[in-house]
Amino acid sequence: MTTVLVLAERDSSNGTAKKTTLELLTLARRLGEPQVVWFGDQGSEAASVLGEYGASAVHVVGGQDMADHPVVPIVDVLQALVAELDATAVLVPSSADGKEAAGRLAVRIGSGVITDAVDISESGVATQSVFGGSTVVHSTVTHGIGIYTVRPNSVAPEPAPTTCGVIEVDSTVSEAAKSARVVERTVAGKGGRPELTEAAVVVSGGRGVGGSEGFEVIEKLADSLGAAVGASRAATDAGWYPHQYQVGQTGKTVSPQLYIANGISGAIQHRAGMQTSKVVVVVNKDAEAPLFELADFGVVGDLFEVVPQLTDEIDSRSN
Amino acid sequence: MKIAVCVKQVPDTWAEKTLSAEDSTLDRAAADGVLNELDEYAVEEALQLAEAHGGEVTVVSMGPERAAETVRKALSMGADAGIHVVDDSLHGSDAIATSAVLAAALDGKGFDLIVFGSESTDARMSVIPAMVAERLGIAQLTFAQRVSVSGSDVTIERVTDYGFDTVTGSTPAVISVVEKINEPRYPSFKGIMAAKKKPVDTVTVADLGLEAATVGQAAAWSAVQDFAARPPKPAGTVVTDEGDGGSRIAAYLTEQKFI
Repeated sequence: MTTVLVLAERDSSNGTAKKTTLELLTLARRLGEPQVVWFGDQGSEAASVLGEYGASAVHVVGGQDMADHPVVPIVDVLQALVAELDATAVLVPSSADGKEAAGRLAVRIGSGVITDAVDISESGVATQSVFGGSTVVHSTVTHGIGIYTVRPNSVAPEPAPTTCGVIEVDSTVSEAAKSARVVERTVAGKGGRPELTEAAVVVSGGRGVGGSEGFEVIEKLADSLGAAVGASRAATDAGWYPHQYQVGQTGKTVSPQLYIANGISGAIQHRAGMQTSKVVVVVNKDAEAPLFELADFGVVGDLFEVVPQLTDEIDSRSN
Repeated sequence: MKIAVCVKQVPDTWAEKTLSAEDSTLDRAAADGVLNELDEYAVEEALQLAEAHGGEVTVVSMGPERAAETVRKALSMGADAGIHVVDDSLHGSDAIATSAVLAAALDGKGFDLIVFGSESTDARMSVIPAMVAERLGIAQLTFAQRVSVSGSDVTIERVTDYGFDTVTGSTPAVISVVEKINEPRYPSFKGIMAAKKKPVDTVTVADLGLEAATVGQAAAWSAVQDFAARPPKPAGTVVTDEGDGGSRIAAYLTEQKFI
């Protein structure tokens, strides 16, 4: 059986494997025998969960000096392992680091690359959802090995238990990697909530929220559901909510099980970032808001009345 | 300081985009072409860096003939000169070929900084800046929400899920910027008039020393098998709040087993 490499995504807060890693393993098993590449500590601790999802080995790249350089060390390690294991495909998460590593690897080893796959078949055909989810495309890599970046929440992780060996990778920082160095990491986000692109539930606010104070009702609803908070471009441009929470064509693309949009009219800019959500709930004062076209359930009303009532209902049901 | 800013002409952000039934490439004729929105921030950042540190800004674009409008737009914002790579053989190029063409157009011209927008609003791959850095063998300082330059030292804030990383490197470097970095200027009337007289070097694939057979759709290392419009979503239920809107959503979410 051929080897498929999976780049693990590690939760920066507690060092465990993120759910996206298990999603990647689930897809990788269709193409061959997955082996995981793990950057940072706790790789051997993660081996049991990686094995549960079908990884036969985890290659652990330790050492702070590797972590201190963006992207290039990932490319260096993937390139070496592709050659050593004769891997036939590489799956990485569709994060900024993942996409850039995939792109550089493709150039370096002479392979095609497909980004933002939402599914991959046994024969390596990738499904992509493009133009804001309006078009579904099937593509293949036609040269070299298949390099894919995979969007979070694309598949449900399915266990396939096997024994996962731990292999320490002996690595040194290459000259190319040394050309950029991380000197400081700053936590500037609003902590305590799931990561936006990976969350099962996203609660977002737009122009109708009216100001940064208005986002409190959005955050309260999100917390009652254990959800991530998103914002439309109108809200981030106005400075009501931090930029990295923007959902839309120029922001994040999300595909949660449930998306609750509050005070968002639904211009293409926004729809492009959330159109593939499984269930969409819309609250807006304006009955003509185009986002109602995407709503599975919509309420025409004042979000400052509707949302707190919903939050109270959820809180009372869970108590 | 010599600064290059790479820009792409894309279909208007607000337009519905489609693939061509003929060859599964983006149907560029179906919508107005505009300067990729994120590239406006790249142009602005390049101009601000040139204003702060001295130097000139060259706009570089690969695209069909009409992409000349996009080069001109960046010139009207204040860039000094343009390089437009235009060649029929480029149609349908993948990111691999695009990065090779851009790298060839940029290589050997002594650029200290090469600035990109962090993604295009049509393909949305976010890989080209990294690929160009890989090909040119220079520092990759991407997804910047802030850029500062001091001599040959370049420091950026790279946006991450948790906030940002402060990343340093030296010139020459590839930078890509996110939209929160600045407020792009509007071209002034004077700028628009001046842009008409600024030099734009139109070059072909052969001028760059590349074989036409290595670019374009036939040479792409990935291929579209088929595509289809997403089936329209069946209409949902929309109710008007009569003081029970929140409760009705709660009932719906219970029915759907979310709560």
